[in-house]
Amino acid sequence: MTKSVSPLVEGRTGPWEVIIGLEVHAQVSSQAKLFSGSSAAFGAGPNEHVSLVDAAMPGMLPVINRFCVEQAVRTGLGLNAEINLVSVFDRKNYFYADLPQGYQISQFKQPIVGEGSINITLSDGSSRDIGIERLHLEQDAGKSMHDQHPTKSFIDLNRSGVALMEIVSKPDMRSAEEAAAYVSKLRAILRFLGTCDGNMEQGSLRADCNVSVRRPGEPLGTRTETKNLNSIRFIAQAINSEVARQIEILEDGGTIDQETRLFDNATGQTRPMRSKEDAHDYRYFPDPDLLPLKLDAAWVDQIRDTLPELPDALRARLLNQYGLTPYDASLISEDRAVAAYYETAAAGQDAKIVANWMTVELFGALNKMGLDLADSPVKPEQLGKLVARITDGTISGRIAKDVFALMLESGADPDQVIEEKGFKQVSDTGAIEAMIDAVLADNADKVAEYRGGKDKLFGFFVGQVMKASQGQANPGVVNGLLKQKLDG
Amino acid sequence: MSDLLSLTAVAARSALDKKECSASELTAAYLKAIEDTADNNAYVAVTAEKAMDMAKASDTRLAKGEGGALEGIPVGVKDMFCTKGVETTASSQILKGFVPTYESTVTSHLWADGAVMLGKLNCDEFAMGSANETSVFGPVTNPWTAASGDLKGKALTPGGSSGGSAAAMAARSCLLAPGTDTGGSIRQPAAFCGMVGLKPTYGRCSRRGIVAFASSLDQAGPITRDVADCALMMTSMAGHDAGDSTSIDAPMPDLMAALSTGVKGMRIGIPDQYTLEGMNQEIVALWEKGRAWLEDAGASCVPVSLPHTQYALPAYYIVAPAEASSNLARYDGVRYGQRVEGATLDDMYAKTRGAGFGDEVKRRILIGTYVLSAGYYDAYYIKAQQVRRLIQQDFLTVFEQVDALLTPSTPTAAFPLGEKMDAVSMFLNDVFTVPANLAGIPAISVPSGLSSDGLPLGLQLIAPALREDTLIRGAAVIEKAAGFDYVATGAAS
Amino acid sequence: MLLPLQQLFVTRLVITPMTIDKDTIPRIARLARLEIAPERQSALSEELASILSWVEQLNALDTSAVEPLASVTGHDLPLRDDIVTDGNDPDAVLSNAPEKTSNFFVVPKVVE
Repeated sequence: MTKSVSPLVEGRTGPWEVIIGLEVHAQVSSQAKLFSGSSAAFGAGPNEHVSLVDAAMPGMLPVINRFCVEQAVRTGLGLNAEINLVSVFDRKNYFYADLPQGYQISQFKQPIVGEGSINITLSDGSSRDIGIERLHLEQDAGKSMHDQHPTKSFIDLNRSGVALMEIVSKPDMRSAEEAAAYVSKLRAILRFLGTCDGNMEQGSLRADCNVSVRRPGEPLGTRTETKNLNSIRFIAQAINSEVARQIEILEDGGTIDQETRLFDNATGQTRPMRSKEDAHDYRYFPDPDLLPLKLDAAWVDQIRDTLPELPDALRARLLNQYGLTPYDASLISEDRAVAAYYETAAAGQDAKIVANWMTVELFGALNKMGLDLADSPVKPEQLGKLVARITDGTISGRIAKDVFALMLESGADPDQVIEEKGFKQVSDTGAIEAMIDAVLADNADKVAEYRGGKDKLFGFFVGQVMKASQGQANPGVVNGLLKQKLDG
Repeated sequence: MSDLLSLTAVAARSALDKKECSASELTAAYLKAIEDTADNNAYVAVTAEKAMDMAKASDTRLAKGEGGALEGIPVGVKDMFCTKGVETTASSQILKGFVPTYESTVTSHLWADGAVMLGKLNCDEFAMGSANETSVFGPVTNPWTAASGDLKGKALTPGGSSGGSAAAMAARSCLLAPGTDTGGSIRQPAAFCGMVGLKPTYGRCSRRGIVAFASSLDQAGPITRDVADCALMMTSMAGHDAGDSTSIDAPMPDLMAALSTGVKGMRIGIPDQYTLEGMNQEIVALWEKGRAWLEDAGASCVPVSLPHTQYALPAYYIVAPAEASSNLARYDGVRYGQRVEGATLDDMYAKTRGAGFGDEVKRRILIGTYVLSAGYYDAYYIKAQQVRRLIQQDFLTVFEQVDALLTPSTPTAAFPLGEKMDAVSMFLNDVFTVPANLAGIPAISVPSGLSSDGLPLGLQLIAPALREDTLIRGAAVIEKAAGFDYVATGAAS
Repeated sequence: MLLPLQQLFVTRLVITPMTIDKDTIPRIARLARLEIAPERQSALSEELASILSWVEQLNALDTSAVEPLASVTGHDLPLRDDIVTDGNDPDAVLSNAPEKTSNFFVVPKVVE
C-alpha cells in the first residue's frame, strides 16, 4: 500500500495546496428524538412529530435518549476514537425561526468522543489516515420553507430535536477526491455500525466543507465553510468550485472572506449566504437543565465487545482470505450487503473471478437497470455457480456473458440456462477434431502460409473453429488439437 | 362553620373529614375573599367556575371516603406555573394570551391530592424582582400595614417575586400557595407577609411546566399559613419526575412526623457572616430570640463561619441573568405569546422582545448576554460558578459540625411600594436567601415576630440537602415559641 | 433605606469603577434580539456598568484552583428509553401560534 502525496493544484502563478476539513452531521438511527419522546422518522405532515419540548413550550425540559448516547459511543469506537467517560451538554445560543429554544443543545468543551481516525483508499490504490477531531451529540433544527409564500417563511419543527452526531475531521484532506473518499468511508463505517442509515438524500448524512488554499509550505489561508451538502458528488463539486474560486481571487491579488457559503445544486457553484449573521457569538455555557453525562467504563467495554466487523477489518480479510486487489477489496468492503453478497457468491469458487464478475458485470447491469443489490435478479449463489461453470470448463467466459444476460432477465439458474440454450461447451475431442479438419481443408492456402512461418495465423484458425462450433467448443481443447494438427 | 377563612389547611382538611363544612363551602368562602380583597391585586386570573367544579368533585370523593391529602383545599397558583387551559403569563406582556395545553408537574401533584384551584397569582415578571413591582399587571399591595412610624399609611410591598402568592395568603384569599424561589422569591415575600415559606432542596420539586427563570437555581415550594401546612403541602408538591433531568429520586422524610420531633440535641449554627453592620437592630434582636428559643427547646447553638457569604450575591447576579438570558430566548413571537410584526425575522424578534419584556427583564437579559459573550465568559460566568462551588463548600464544611443554620430571612421588614431603589440595592434584599439557592440546599422562613411598626419579620433555617425534615423540626419549635398569631390588617374575614 | 447595607457591601471591597463603551448596549441588545429605545441606551449602559462594578468584587477571591460548579445535584444525567411517547398532536403544538397556516408556523420571510 502506498501513501498518497499531497496533490497540488496548478494555478496561473504557481502551485496551490488545498486544505479541507469536514463537519459531517449524521442522524442517529433512533426511534425517538435526542431529548424528547416524539418520533425521529421522516415523512410526517408538518409539525406532527413535535412534542412540547421540541416546540420549546415554557417549562418544558430535555431528557436524554439512552440509545442515542449508545450510538455515539459505538460510532466513536468504530472511529478508533477516545471515549470521554464524562461529557457535558452546552447551549449554543442564537436566534433562528427553526430553532425554537433560541439555543441548540450541543457539546462544546467536553464532547462524548475525542480524537480518532479514518483510513481512506483512493482510486490509485494509495491510502492515508484522516484524523477525527471529535464527535459530539447535538439537536437538529427544524425546517424553514422559504418558497411557499412571497413574504412569509413556513416553519416545520419535525426535525427539531432529532439526534445528530457531528463528526469533525481534522483539516487533513488535500483534494475533493480525498474528501469524497472520507465521506464514503465514514458512511460505510456508520452503516456497518448501524448507528446512522447514511441516507444522504433524506439528509440523514450531510456535510459542511471547510476549504482554504495556500502556497505549499506557507501558513493556512482563510477558509470558507460551505454548508449542508447532501451528496458525495456535491461535496466534490463544491470543493472544486470553491478551490477554483479562491485561487482565482488570490491570483488576482484579492483576499478570501471568512464566510459561510451555500452550494447551488443546479450550477455546481457556491455563493455566500445572504443572511449574513452578525459576528457569531454563541455564548456557549453548560445547559443547566441537564447534568454531566457520565458513562460507565464497563458499559463502554460491553459496546466495544459487540462491535461488528468494520470496513477496514473486512477489507483486510478480503485481501488476505480471497486475494483480492486493493481496489476491489475497498469497493466490496464499503457496504456490508455487498460484502455479504460477495462472500456468499465466492464460497468455494475462484474468488478473484467472482470479484471481477461482481464489480464489473453485476454492478454494471444493476446500475443500468436502476436496481439495488438487494433486488438483484441474480442471487449470490447463482453468480457463484456461473463462475463455477467457467472454471470447470462447462462454458467459456464469452458464453458466460450470454448466460448472465439471460439470468438477469429471468432470474434462472445458470445450469438451467446452459442446458436450455445448449450453451454447454464442446470438449469432445472427436467432434472438435472433425471441425478442425473441415476448417483446415477449407483454408488450405492459409495452412500453407502458416507452415511457411506465418505463426500469427494460428489465431485465425482458432477463431474459425470456434465459429464453426458456435462458440461452444472448449477453447483449451481447440488450441491443443489445432497445434497438433498444424505442427504435427 | 362561621369562620372558614381562619382555618389552616390541616384544620380545614380535618373539618372536611368531619363534615363540619363542605369543600364547596370552603371554596365559595375563598372566592368571596378574593372579591373582598381584590384591591391588593394579588390575583391576575380567578377561575371561579373551575374552582367550584373541582370543589364539587372533592365533595363527591370526600363523601365516598376517598379524599386526598389536600382534598378540597383552595389553592392560588403563582403565574409561573403552567396550568392547562388557564392563561399563564409569568406576569409578562410577552406571554399574554398563552394558554398551556399542559399542567406543571407540581400543580398536577396538588390537584391529584384533591386541591382546588382558585386562580393565578401575580408575581414579578418572569420572577425577576424582590418587590412584585416588575409585573405587567402592576404591583401587589401587602395586606400588612405599619401601625406606627415612617411607614404608617404607606402601601407596602409584599416582597417578590412570589408577591401575589404571599399577599393572597396573608389576605386569606387562598389557603395554600405554591411559589417559586430562585434567590429568595418564596422566603422573602413569606417573611414580608407573615407566612411560612420553604424552598426545598434543588430537585425536590420538578421544574417541568414551570416557566424557567434560572434553571440551576429555580425551585418550587410551599407558602403556607403555618409550619404544619408547610409540611403537608411540601409532601404533596415534591416527588421524582422523569420529565426533569435534575429531579431527585430520593424519598422525602416524613415531614408530618417531624412537626413534633423537636430539636433536642440538635446543633444549630449561627453564621458570623450574616451579621451585617448597620443591620436593623430589631432583626438582630429577633435573631437572638430565635437562638434562645431553639436552645430552650434543647438545641445547642454555636457560631459558625461561612467565609464566602459576601460573594454569594454578586455570583448570583451573574449566574441567574446568564441562565435567564438563554431561557428567555424562546419568547420570540413565533410559537406562542405576543408578536409585534416586523419587516424581517430579526426585526420581528427585536420588536416582539423589546415590547414584550419589561425593563427589569431586559436589564437581566442584557447582563446575562454580556457575561456569556465572547471575551467575558471566563471573567464573569466561570468566575461566578467557581465562587458558587466555594459557597457550596462552605455549607458542606459547616454541616459537618451542625445540623442547621439560623439566620434572619431578610435584612429589613416590608418596604413601601414605589421606593426608588437602584438595581444593586434591590438585589440586597436577597442577601440572606441567595446562598441556599446557589448551594441547592433547603431553607425555610418562619414568621417570628413583628417589628416595632407592627410588620412581620421572619427567621430562616437552612439545612443540608434532602433534610427538609430538619427545617420542619426547627421551624415548628420557633413557631411555637414565637406564638406568631397575628393577622394582616388587610385580611379577609 | 437599604443604603447602609449597600455601603457595607461596597466599601468593604475594592471596586474598580467600570465604564462600558457606547457600542456595548447596542451590540448585546442585538445579540439578545431586544429593541432598545435610543433614549434608554445611556441609562441602561450606566445601570449595566454599576452592576458590573458591583460584581467585580468577586475578583478579590483567588479561584484559580476551583472547579466551576455547574450543577448542585450529585446525581448523574438520567437516560430514557428510545421509545416514541410524544408528538402527533400538531393542534396542541400550534394552538398558541400568533400566525399559522396549514399546520406550519409562519414568520416573516427569511432570505438565506
